[in-house]
Amino acid sequence: MSTRQRTGMFWVVWGIVLLLAILHQDFWNWDNKTLVFGFMPVGLMYHAVFSLVCAGTWALAIKFCWPTHIEEWADEFENASDDEATS
Amino acid sequence: MILAQAASPSLVPLYVIGVYLVLLLLLGVISSRFYRGTSADYFVASRSIGPFLLLMSVFGTTMTGFALVGSTGKAFGDGIGTYGLMASSSGLIHSLIFFLIGIKLWAIGKRYNYVTQIEYFRARFESNSLGYLLFPLLVGLVIPYLLVGLLGAGATVKAITIGMFPDSSFHLGAIPIWITSTTICSVVLFYIFFGGLRSAAWANAFQTIIFMITGVIAFYLISRALNGVVAASEQTLAKAPEHLSREHHFSQLHFMTYMLVPLSVGMFPHLFQHWLTAKSAKTFRLTIIAHPIFIMIVWVPCILIGIWAMGKGIEPPNGNVNAVLGMMVKSLLQSPFMTGLLTAGILAAIMSSLDSQFVCLGTMFTNDIVVHATGRERFTDKQIVTIGRGFIVFIVVITCILSIYTSPKIFKLGIWCFSGFASMFPVVFAAVYWKRTTKYGCMASLIAMSTTWLVLFYQDVINPSQARIDAGGDFLVLGMMPVAIIFSVAAVTLVVVSLLTTPPPASTIEKFFDPKND
Repeated sequence: MSTRQRTGMFWVVWGIVLLLAILHQDFWNWDNKTLVFGFMPVGLMYHAVFSLVCAGTWALAIKFCWPTHIEEWADEFENASDDEATS
Repeated sequence: MILAQAASPSLVPLYVIGVYLVLLLLLGVISSRFYRGTSADYFVASRSIGPFLLLMSVFGTTMTGFALVGSTGKAFGDGIGTYGLMASSSGLIHSLIFFLIGIKLWAIGKRYNYVTQIEYFRARFESNSLGYLLFPLLVGLVIPYLLVGLLGAGATVKAITIGMFPDSSFHLGAIPIWITSTTICSVVLFYIFFGGLRSAAWANAFQTIIFMITGVIAFYLISRALNGVVAASEQTLAKAPEHLSREHHFSQLHFMTYMLVPLSVGMFPHLFQHWLTAKSAKTFRLTIIAHPIFIMIVWVPCILIGIWAMGKGIEPPNGNVNAVLGMMVKSLLQSPFMTGLLTAGILAAIMSSLDSQFVCLGTMFTNDIVVHATGRERFTDKQIVTIGRGFIVFIVVITCILSIYTSPKIFKLGIWCFSGFASMFPVVFAAVYWKRTTKYGCMASLIAMSTTWLVLFYQDVINPSQARIDAGGDFLVLGMMPVAIIFSVAAVTLVVVSLLTTPPPASTIEKFFDPKND
């Protein structure tokens, strides 16, 4: 988002997001009825783990892709209006 | 034991639900003490909500009857693939939208003091007409969303009260859907009227905690009643093995195009309003990370209960799969108290969406229609809030009446509603990221979206053709979910018409795009 933050990790994180969108299709488990730990269908287990990986990926996105100036920009106009009102 | 209960059902579940509803009323009274008496506080809680409350309110709002009752019923019919259809994809897509769209709109909303989506779109494209076009579309799509909640609540309460009132004129001696709908709407109206979106956020947090805890307890007790998770799954493997994989329920294209449905959160008007309540952009961080985990905690048990119900040979009345969760709770738990507690948990999930939707409808009507048309000075803050409340009651009455006369599958109704919102996603994405978007592009996209949606909805719901229904019960177009077609039509129309019309002035672009971030 911020130009100054577009380091290598910025692109790696968005690459992981794209990869996850592809991995979500999970065609290799399409007809697999194996029960993991004796009760969890493998197709469900895969997607439950997928949810956890998503959470981890979003943690990385917050660390490496956060729009650092956004709060400053959000407050800028309000502050300018306040200044005009007091001057 | 089950037969004995069927002969003389205990009223204890209703007492437990009643106590829960009274607690919610008290919460409404307490939160009203923090109400600052202004419309800004009523509609966006004075933009003061912190990370925990934002997480709970956003999660509670997105999880409704669809997530608990609908997912269990869908898994009962179509097996474990249900999780991949909506839950895991939402973990990726919802947080993506919170990150890319939510934070941006929060910043724009704070900078220019916007309260609703329509306010933003009107200013971004300098068009009143765009606002008047958006209003009926958003309200029209929120109504089926409300209906999803009311039907889910009604089906669950009906399932646990079968035979409870044998001398009444009620079908199966159970509490009819309209009584449940009216009761929970009245409770929700009470607490939001007291404190607006702040009350809704508080109640959401309380209800989200309740439904997550009761969900885990329900899962534990149901699995124990089925002699453990291993025995429960083996029973399904023996009697309904096709429910343990996706091969007989979905094609790959069908599954893939489902992934567009979660884009709907980008255009939910009630979620937009919750975003605006955030104290700062950093407030979003917890929501972005924890949302996929919370979805997993709620959905995995529901999916397992759904496939176990199929293995157990549960037969829902009139084939109504909405009743599967309620039937599993009632038939397996054999404890009226626990049945009541778990039903209260299901109602909590449903009400935590209804409240935000109610507030949002009132906000849009007052800000985007009444105040916009008559001028802000025409009404006092108090009158604005009262007008909002009046419109909310009007919509609630319509929805309650609809809940009496309709009984579609919750999952199906939810998918149609989400497909409409998802197909409006190109408009919000372009508004935030594409400087060349024009008001005519947006209007043409919305008209194309709603026309395509109506045509396909008619073919599926009003005049259904079995030729297009797949093994999973979904209506498909060229082997894809309708959302793929509607979304594509809306996106192409937006781009083509925007490129053919005059670009917005530089001053507008300067106003809405941050030079350091865009």
